[in-house]
Amino acid sequence: MEKNTLSLRGKNVLGLEDFSPEEIRLVLETAKEMKNIIHRDIKKVPALRGKSIVTLFYEPSTRTRTSFELAGKYLGADVVNITAGSSSIVKGESLRDTLYTIEAMGVDAIVMRHKAEGAAEYASRVVSPVILNAGDGAHAHPSQGLLNLFTIQEHKGHLEGLKVAIIGDVLHSRVARSDIYGMRKMGMEVHIAGPKTLLPRFLYEEPGIVVHERIEDAIANADVIEVLRIQLERMKGGLFPTTREYARIFGLNDKRLQLAKDDVLILHPGPMNKGWEISPFTAYGKNSAIQEEVQNGVAVRMALFTLVLTGGKQA
Amino acid sequence: MKLLIKGGRVINPAANFDETADVLIEDGKIIKIAKGIQDKADEVYEADGKVVAPGLVDIHVHLREPGQEAKEDFASGTQAAAAGGFTTICTMPNTKPVVDTAALVRSLKQRAADVGVVNVEIIGAVTKEQAGAELAEMGDMIDAGAVAFSDDGHFDSNAKVLLNAYDYLHTFDKVIINHEEEPTLVEDGVMNEGHRSAMLGLKGRPSVAEDIAVARDILLAEYADARVHVAHISTARSVDLVRQAKKRGVKVTAEATPQHLTMTEECVNLFDTSTKINPPLRAQADCEAILAGLKDGTIDAIVTDHSPHAQEEKDREYIYAPSGFPGLETSLGVMLTDLYHAGKLELSTIISKMSYEPAKVLGLTAGTLTEGAAADVTVIDPELEWQVDEKKFYTKGSHSPFAGRKLKGKAVLTVVKGQIVMQDGEVLTND
Repeated sequence: MEKNTLSLRGKNVLGLEDFSPEEIRLVLETAKEMKNIIHRDIKKVPALRGKSIVTLFYEPSTRTRTSFELAGKYLGADVVNITAGSSSIVKGESLRDTLYTIEAMGVDAIVMRHKAEGAAEYASRVVSPVILNAGDGAHAHPSQGLLNLFTIQEHKGHLEGLKVAIIGDVLHSRVARSDIYGMRKMGMEVHIAGPKTLLPRFLYEEPGIVVHERIEDAIANADVIEVLRIQLERMKGGLFPTTREYARIFGLNDKRLQLAKDDVLILHPGPMNKGWEISPFTAYGKNSAIQEEVQNGVAVRMALFTLVLTGGKQA
Repeated sequence: MKLLIKGGRVINPAANFDETADVLIEDGKIIKIAKGIQDKADEVYEADGKVVAPGLVDIHVHLREPGQEAKEDFASGTQAAAAGGFTTICTMPNTKPVVDTAALVRSLKQRAADVGVVNVEIIGAVTKEQAGAELAEMGDMIDAGAVAFSDDGHFDSNAKVLLNAYDYLHTFDKVIINHEEEPTLVEDGVMNEGHRSAMLGLKGRPSVAEDIAVARDILLAEYADARVHVAHISTARSVDLVRQAKKRGVKVTAEATPQHLTMTEECVNLFDTSTKINPPLRAQADCEAILAGLKDGTIDAIVTDHSPHAQEEKDREYIYAPSGFPGLETSLGVMLTDLYHAGKLELSTIISKMSYEPAKVLGLTAGTLTEGAAADVTVIDPELEWQVDEKKFYTKGSHSPFAGRKLKGKAVLTVVKGQIVMQDGEVLTND
């Protein structure tokens, strides 16, 4: 193994804006090793034995919470789940006090999902356990950004120079923002497209990305297409006329897919609105890596836990 | 009791006076401003190297009383004012309950007399409960002492209601102070809509929300021949709208805050809730436009928009924290450091915009150094270097974006009606 002085030990995973390309590469390399563990018959290594992790979820989640939980358990950590509906949060406890309570129990890491942008950043200022952001409002979802990179690298063998199209509801998407930072740092060519009402108005000022209004312009000759979920639950309405029209004009389907490269890889952070932003045929077609992403998510989160809790130098 | 302030640079914008002179105060009044006053005084203050200015006037302050005393009250708020060099402050009516009756105006005047250390003037609500529907009893409030009217914190969306208010107040010659943000455009936005909000994922409050509000309110005032004052102006476009309107002879005035002059949306870093204010911190071009507006007379007044909140209210997730921070104790220091010492504004302009001109906007008899006038005087040491320390604040509020900043220039003596209420940062109260 190469001598690596790079260490993520103790680093809060808040957003990919805080990660260097070398740090991202380290996570991806570590995740590759972790993926082997998932394929074992007995999926348990003692790397994090004696470490305790709390997942603190203020918003509903299936895949992210389970993925973090299994990642911790496969590595031998003790994992406790707290969800907003079944905790003192319903009694009006402030985020600060909830965090204090968790910290006082001797926890090593807190995985947090929250509706408020910056909630993870805030948590990192308030308490000492390592904070892993599992999604804060529309701001960031760094582990999703990393698993997208991991999945792309597995398929393409490299990241640099690939053209990616991120299409759909960018306005409400924390995944898109983590993608923008992560993919650009890894030398990918980032194109964004969607109805103008779902694109942040001044996104085009961000260096190194190209913003389109027609998804066809972004998809053309793309190596990767990431389709974003239309987050109706975060909308007050009026951002587009109907989901029917959205699907017709802005949805990804097999016909539009022909504009991309033959071996284009399709990603979606899930859960999908099939028939709206993506047609079911495309979602389950030969170019789709959507299910694979879920498995890769566990590997990436195992890598993150190992790196931030031990520095990755365990026996 | 006689107080002699000796040898300072006396700046009195009302009379275009800027010379070294002595100021003699007796029985709460200024009795003489001249060189080399020889009269015996009970107390002599050596103001050598310092600036003797009219007591500073802040026409946009939230004292939170009644109803939100955990944030601020008349005692703590007026002490903060004295510490910052202000001798007159005007309170906004968005309290609980809203100040929308003469009885409330009277009770607040009484509170100010009982516990206040500086002069407090009361701004009443334009509409009942600031709900934007029915006019509040503004005539009664004027008789009780209200000096102006505002639904600050809210934009009166109903144009007819605002037109009625303009017309009704015309009789009384009082000004309406408007918070200019069209609510359907700001929705639940928490910062300026721009590149920064796009990348932070925070909902934006677009500058055009202010622009169209200012445009509408100016046009309505022009139509009704009414007086309108634009609160905490924050965009380049609205500065220009005010400039054009003034050229046409519309009776419009405007104010700006030190924060909108010196900070931008780039400061909304790491989701620090001290940067959350309404209207939000904008772009560099907006700061420059506000500065230009101050220079050419488009903007009449510097105000603090002193908006204290309880510590635990601001110490939380960005989107849930209330907007605003306490500005009374930092305003002058920031203006002197970032505008005077930075060579962007004359000292006399800053003093004028913080005393004489705001008083003129509301028609207050304050903000001048005139023989025979009430002795409200602020002595400023423009060279004093100090660091903003929230622990030393008199306000109950916290989370100032200026916390920790090293500033140059500070009020060192505040005199209200001939009484020293602050000296060297120490507020002197009667109790």
